[in-house]
Amino acid sequence: MTMGRSAIGYYFKETIDSLVRNNWLSLASIGVVTVSLFILGCFLLVAINTSAIINTLESMLEINVFLESNLDQSEIKHLNEQLKFLPGVSEVEFVSREKALESMLTSLGSEKDITDNLDENPLPDSFRLKTKNVELAPQIAANIYKFNGVSNVIYGQKIVERLLVVTHWIRTTSLTSIIVLGLAAVFLISITIRVSVFFRRKEIGIMKYLGATNWFIRFPFLLEGLVLGFSGALLASIIVYLGYTIVIDKIAVSMPFLPVVAQIDKLAPVYLGLLVLGLLIGAAGSSISVHRFLKV
Amino acid sequence: MVRLYNVTKIYKNNSVALNNVTLHIKKGDFVFLVGPSGAGKTTLVKLIFREDLPTRGQIVFNGKNVVRMRPGEIPFYRRKIGMVFQDFRLLPQRTIYDNVAFALQVTGTSNHWIKKLAPEALKVVGLEGKEKMRPEQLSGGEQQRVCIARAIVNNPLLLIADEPTGNLDPGTSCDLMNLFQEINGRGTTIVMATHAWDIVDSMKKRVVALSGGKLVRDEESGAYDHGA
Repeated sequence: MTMGRSAIGYYFKETIDSLVRNNWLSLASIGVVTVSLFILGCFLLVAINTSAIINTLESMLEINVFLESNLDQSEIKHLNEQLKFLPGVSEVEFVSREKALESMLTSLGSEKDITDNLDENPLPDSFRLKTKNVELAPQIAANIYKFNGVSNVIYGQKIVERLLVVTHWIRTTSLTSIIVLGLAAVFLISITIRVSVFFRRKEIGIMKYLGATNWFIRFPFLLEGLVLGFSGALLASIIVYLGYTIVIDKIAVSMPFLPVVAQIDKLAPVYLGLLVLGLLIGAAGSSISVHRFLKV
Repeated sequence: MVRLYNVTKIYKNNSVALNNVTLHIKKGDFVFLVGPSGAGKTTLVKLIFREDLPTRGQIVFNGKNVVRMRPGEIPFYRRKIGMVFQDFRLLPQRTIYDNVAFALQVTGTSNHWIKKLAPEALKVVGLEGKEKMRPEQLSGGEQQRVCIARAIVNNPLLLIADEPTGNLDPGTSCDLMNLFQEINGRGTTIVMATHAWDIVDSMKKRVVALSGGKLVRDEESGAYDHGA
């Protein structure tokens, strides 16, 4: 059987009629979808930006491994090998005590006179390490500390730890609220569709007598759910987009050093994801009611 | 065309609605289904329409076993059967034309065919010119004509009417009977459950009488109550 144009027209007409008839419920459903996807959108943007910040920090963050002063060349070489093969380490650079003093003198500039009183170089030999992932830094540092010949390990502990706590916290609260609100959205859409089914129960009965297939009867309700979910998602995307544009403009002025993500190719998946999720929420909500209250 | 073999229907409360009914309705038949309330007429209609399943026995429609039909086949099966109800069951918010066109829409007929078939069906039942009116603007008899137009617009093999004149006055009923006869004359088989003995007696058609769920009488050119 082919689906005539009359059927497609029928689907859209029925869907619009239902949405208009249940206007308050429809608006409430759209509202909940909007709020939950708005929060999700904000979370995703924060997550994208935190990971950009972490990436920047990662490239800057080093682990400094200071060595005991009594090591000979072979021991240093051995340590170098050990560090190179440590999981998570991307780069190992040996900094001799002479080189360290030199760079210290350079950074002191005109104040280098304060070192004049030193009889010998007080600095130890060291290794400068880069990690593949900033989250691994604490673990790597702890491992290195156990090596023979290592006197101290220093890395941007505080920054890394705080950053990890903040990302973790953002992740947990956002995920919880998204799940709760997402379920609320699915539930509200299912109620809206249930009301639509109730309003049209007489018509549904007649349709069964006239030989309408189950899918023909169900489709307008599914479409209604999809429209509700998509409208909410579209609204959420627009609000997130406008809000984000304003926020990055402000940041660009007040905190120009912050690496904000503004490239469209990185942001497009967020908006696209919101729209797809809106459709999924709508489909889930209407499927529940269609299958429970439309035994055809 | 429709064959029932030893059909028994027992509802969940153990009431026996149909008891071992065997019946053959031939193509082109006009059958009155008579009997007191609770005799099993409506149950019989429901079973033929595959709204319900018999507890025992088989029903065959045009060589196809209705009882063993898969759920997905049911809608397509029902398109071969037109239903006319005592309470019309029209959609009040739609026009007469839309009510008839609805039967074609739900079966996925193209707009081109709907525009051709719906006016034809309305012409057959004598409602030309009232296409844009709504059901409540029509008399009971006219509403029943809309229901008949909707039932025949798909050109069904069988037309089942459950008490079609139950809510109508005798004059209107008589007109409707002429319409049913005309539809039957075009080759559509008709099964009509009714209490209207005067109509049954005057039409001289096949009469199948049920009582307490049993088939008690099956006569060509019968009357409502043989004994009276």
